[in-house]
Order: sequence, then structure tokens, then C-alpha cells
Amino acid sequence: MSESPIAVEARNAVKAFGQGATAVKALDDVSVKIKKGEFFTLLGPSGCGKTTLLRLIAGFETPTSGQILLDGADITQLPPNKRPVNTVFQSYALFPHLTVAQNIAFGLEMQGRPKAEIKKTVARMLALVKLEPMADRKTSQLSGGQQQRVALARALAPAPKVLLLDEPLSALDLKLRKEMQIELKRLQMETGITFVFVTHDQEEALTMSDRIAVMSAGHIQQVGAPREIYTRPANRFVASFIGETNFLTGKSDGEAVQLDIGSKIAIKAPPGPVSLAIRPEQVRVVAANDPGALPATVGATVYFGTDTHLHLVMKDGSTLVARMQSPASGSGDLAKGTNVGVTFPDSALQLLGD
Amino acid sequence: MASNAEEKAESARTRSAWLLSTPALIVLLFAASGPLLIVVTYSFLTPGQYGNVVWNFDLSGWVGILFSKDIFDGTWHLADAHLSIFWRSVKLSLLTTAITFAVGFPTAWFIATRPPTQRALWLFLITIPFWTNLLIRTIAINEVIRNEGLLNTVLIWIGVISTPLHIIYTDTAVLIGMAYVYLPLMVLPLYAAIDRFDMRLLEAGYDLYASRIQVLRRVILPIVKPGIIAGSILVFVPSLGAYVTPRVLGGGKNMMIGNFIELQFGQARNWPLGAALSMTLLIVVMAALLVYVKASTREGNPHG
Ligand SMILES: Nc1ncnc2c1ncn2[C@@H]1O[C@H](COP(=O)(O)OP(=O)(O)O)[C@@H](O)[C@H]1O
Ligand SMILES: [Mg+2]
Repeated sequence: MSESPIAVEARNAVKAFGQGATAVKALDDVSVKIKKGEFFTLLGPSGCGKTTLLRLIAGFETPTSGQILLDGADITQLPPNKRPVNTVFQSYALFPHLTVAQNIAFGLEMQGRPKAEIKKTVARMLALVKLEPMADRKTSQLSGGQQQRVALARALAPAPKVLLLDEPLSALDLKLRKEMQIELKRLQMETGITFVFVTHDQEEALTMSDRIAVMSAGHIQQVGAPREIYTRPANRFVASFIGETNFLTGKSDGEAVQLDIGSKIAIKAPPGPVSLAIRPEQVRVVAANDPGALPATVGATVYFGTDTHLHLVMKDGSTLVARMQSPASGSGDLAKGTNVGVTFPDSALQLLGD
Repeated sequence: MASNAEEKAESARTRSAWLLSTPALIVLLFAASGPLLIVVTYSFLTPGQYGNVVWNFDLSGWVGILFSKDIFDGTWHLADAHLSIFWRSVKLSLLTTAITFAVGFPTAWFIATRPPTQRALWLFLITIPFWTNLLIRTIAINEVIRNEGLLNTVLIWIGVISTPLHIIYTDTAVLIGMAYVYLPLMVLPLYAAIDRFDMRLLEAGYDLYASRIQVLRRVILPIVKPGIIAGSILVFVPSLGAYVTPRVLGGGKNMMIGNFIELQFGQARNWPLGAALSMTLLIVVMAALLVYVKASTREGNPHG
């Protein structure tokens, strides 16, 4: 995996908006390598710099310092119309004066491809996004989901080396969004084009991506496969942004960590206070007298349909959330105030490196 | 009972509606249709000796548009002078439209891309000349371009030229004047169209390999076309009938249709010809409008 060729690379990219004291660093020394043919996601809260990074790759912005490379070549100063990179805009930005087919043909015409080839490619793209019956419609006559497909087809038609997608699904309702997630994944696999996908929705990122870069405040916090990001979050931000997490505190003596909730576990960490994370589904609730279990009291019980969240008050007063499958009948609920035991595998604990 | 009351109320509403539109109807009758009917009638009468008309059906007014009668042998032949006036009018009006577009488009673009709070100020600046009397504005242009005017004085002073440029009383002078006078009529509709233009489409264009020129030609111009059409009509129509500007800046020789019509009602004492010319001008303008409207509605159909 690690030897596969790199499609896009950002090297120490900095982008500041404004000057002097009022300058905003939208990107602060971002370096990332995106591999050929992968579905790569930039994930982070609103305002963290995802769009800015995408615009640097597309060429709509030039970095304040640092470089952007495409297939190993420095394209930092290349204007957007000279970059073999296409964008699916958040607003779609379809041309209102053109039909669906004309929209899709636009990039090919600007590249000066032969007429016959354009016709064939447009037909292929229309089939790919299942819009053949709409070919001669104006884009204003289409639904949101259909406009989305036109935007995709238009950006894919010139066969770019990299396709950039800026929160393309955020304007769609939930059902359509789920459909388009599958659709996007299919398109990416069928075309083999490198996708750089931006979202602030962690679930979308986890289900669709080959790799994810988690961003916050102009920095990339962690890059990795969804499973890696979820099970081995590098720091507190990643752990809290992706999925639900319990944070634990403890003290390390260099060999093992004494947790404030009771147990001592064999995790190597520099001596001093440490913070750790554990996912709710890793926390198990057992009988209070179970050997090795930590004592806890049931606080609230929150029902989520398939899952139930149990809020457990530990002996140091902190709360640990355990996720369990809801019992088939409502009978199994533990009453508030019940004394229980809590266990978890030591390996489920993730040391956070803030 | 109820329906009877309703009917009464309905007829009362109708009556008050008619009553309220009476002023408008009177204006339409006396200010629009009335004068038009008089002009049409006069165009079919015989010219009187000292102006006015003789009530006698005569087509000479209409024939006189293209032909003139030889004073000696009374034969009709093609009136070259008339044709050259028509040609000059159309040519200058088209050029005025083109110049105001060439200047007005970047201006409108500039205004539309200012921060929203500044736009009103820029639009106000563009329309300032409009609050001044047309004659005064035209004479001001005269002051600038005449042989001893501001332009020549400055150019000679900085040494670009040694003898003054002779602009005044040429077609160029008329063109400069009309372009200046009608510029706001081009800028305003263009601004309205550009203001509605979604600037994100520019990035979509660049992203899809279009150069700046291609984005202009393939994205911007087609989308703001309604504004271009509206601006062109607003400039072309009054240019074709311009009177003051060619009179003040073109001198006596460089007549346009407007001046030619005035001549018929004045010195030439040929009211029927003047009336026929007025009608011709109106018809040409209407035809131009129709062509424009056709062109702009065909826009809606991609394969038209
Ligand atoms: N053109 C701009 N001018 C000034 N500030 C900007 C501009 N574009 C983005 N920013 C700022 O940069 C930061 C990152 O923005 P952005 O990349 O759009 O975030 P995201 O896409 O992750 O929501 C934000 O604080 C935003 O206000
Ligand atoms: Mg964004």
C-alpha cells in the first residue's frame, strides 16, 4: 500500500487570508499525500480549512507558502484551467443556459476534443449517472439529486487525474444522501479516478473512504484508514470528533497506568498524568461481584432503538458510557441506582497524545 | 339575495375600476394615439406652400422618403442625400450601441463586483449626468472636443500633437456625444443582469479548462444576454431618433434622421414628408424591437 504512487501532495501548505494582525491562517503547515485511485476524505468541523485545501489543489487559491504537487510535478503556480483536476462544487454551479448534455460536454469542448469523441463521452457519462432521458433538459428543471449527478458527470467527463468534491451531499435529504454515497463509491470504483472528498459528517467519512484526514483549525490531526482512525485516534480531538468516546484520566509510572476509576493497566507512557479513550461499545457491564470488575452505579439509561446507552457513575465520580444491544423486550433495563461491575479489555484503551 | 348583493358589489367594483383608469385612458387617447393619428393623416396630404398641409390625398410624402422630384423637369429620381442620412443614422446608432456596450460592460461588471454597500454609490455616480439637461451636457462635450477645447489644449500642451485634432462637426463628434449621453442606459440593465449572475460559475468555467476569454464568451455573455439586449434597445432606439446631439456636435452637414425630420417641418416646409419620415422611423424602431424580442425568446429553446 505505502509504495503505491502519489496522485496529489500538499507540502507544508500555508494559506493565510488577510494581512498583519487580522490575518486568518485557514491552513497552517499542512502536508498530506493522497494516493492514486483512492477515495480520500478530508473530515473536520466547519471552518477547519477543508475547502481551502481543496481550492489549493484545484488552483482557485495559491498557498501563502508551501507547494502543491500533482503526479510529482509542482503545480503550485498553474492556473485552474491548466490543471487536470475537476471539482464538484458544493453549490453544483451548473451552467443555467446549457442543457444537461451541454453541461457535461463543456469541459471536453474547452479541451478541444474532437466532436465525435465528445458525443461518445457525453453519452457514456449520461449512462454512468443514469440521466439519459434528461439529456436535453435545462438544469433548472432537475431535482437536487439529478443536479448533483449532472455536476458529477460534468466533472468526470474530461477524465481528470483527481476529482475534488466539496461537501457534495450536504444539500440532499437523508435518504437521497445515502443513495448518493453508494453511487459515489460505485463511480469511483468504475472510473478508478482519485477522489478527494470533503465532509463534516464523520459517518459519511467512515463508510465511504479508503483513508481519512481529520482536520481541525488549519491542521491535519491524523491520517489513516477509517478503522485505524476510529480504533486508534491519535489525540483527544480525533477521538471526540469521530464516534462517541469515554475519556479516562490516570497516572503513569513509566511501566503501567493507574486509572482514576480504579484499575491498573500495562500501558507504556511517559511518567505523569495521562489521558486515555475508550469506545462505549468496548465497555462491558457485569454483575457487581464479578471478579476483577470495577464498581459502578447505573445513572441514566438512554434508548436508541437497536442500542441502549448506559451511563455508569464510577467510584471517582466520573461517568462512563456503555453501549449495549437493546434487549428484545423492555424488561432487561437496569434500574437507576443499581450497583454493577464494569470491565473492558486493556487493549481497547487508547492512549491519547494531545 | 346573497348573490344579488355580490353582483351589486361586483358591478360597483367594475365601475370604480373604470373610473380610476380614466386619467390613464385620457392620457393614452390624447397623448399617444391622437398625435400618432395626426401624423399618419398628415403623411398622406399635400404640402402647403408656407408649411402646413392642403387637405388633399397625396402619396408624395411617402414617395419623397426615397425619391426626390427634379425641380426643372419634374421627374422622380433616387434621393442620394436622403439615403446617406438614413445610412449615417443607422451606422452611428449601431456604433453608439457598440461603444456604450464596450465601455458599459466593464463598468457594470466593476460595479456589480464591489461590496454591496458601495454599489449604490457607484450607480449614483453613473447616473449623475442624467440629472443634467441634455442640451447642457451636449454643449459641455462641445467645449471639450472643439478645436480650442479642453482636449486639444491638453494634448498640445503635453506635446502629443502640434495642430488641434479636428473632431467637432464630424461623425466622430456625434458618436462621442451620443455614447456619453446614452452610456447610463446601457450600464443600468447590464448591471442588473450581472448582479444576478452567479460568480461561482466563473470558477466552474476555469475548472473545466476554459480560458478567461472562453469563460467570457461561453459563460458570462450568454447568461447576461437579457441585460445586453435590454441595454442595446435602450441605447439604439433613442440614438436613431437623436436630435440635439447631432445638431450641436455634428453641425449642419452631419444630419441624422431626427434633424432631417425637423428640417421638413421647418425650412423645407414639407410636413407630409416629415410625417412620413417620422412614421418610417417608428416602423424601423418597432421592427428592431421585434427582432430583438424574437432573438431573446428563441434563447429559451436550446435547439432553436
Ligand atoms: N476568502 C476568504 N477570505 C477570508 N477568510 C477566509 C476565506 N476563505 C476561508 N476563510 C477562512 O478560513 C477558514 C477555513 O475556511 P474553509 O476552508 O472554508 O473551512 P471549511 O471548508 O473546513 O468549513 C475559516 O475561518 C474561514 O473563515
Ligand atoms: Mg467548506
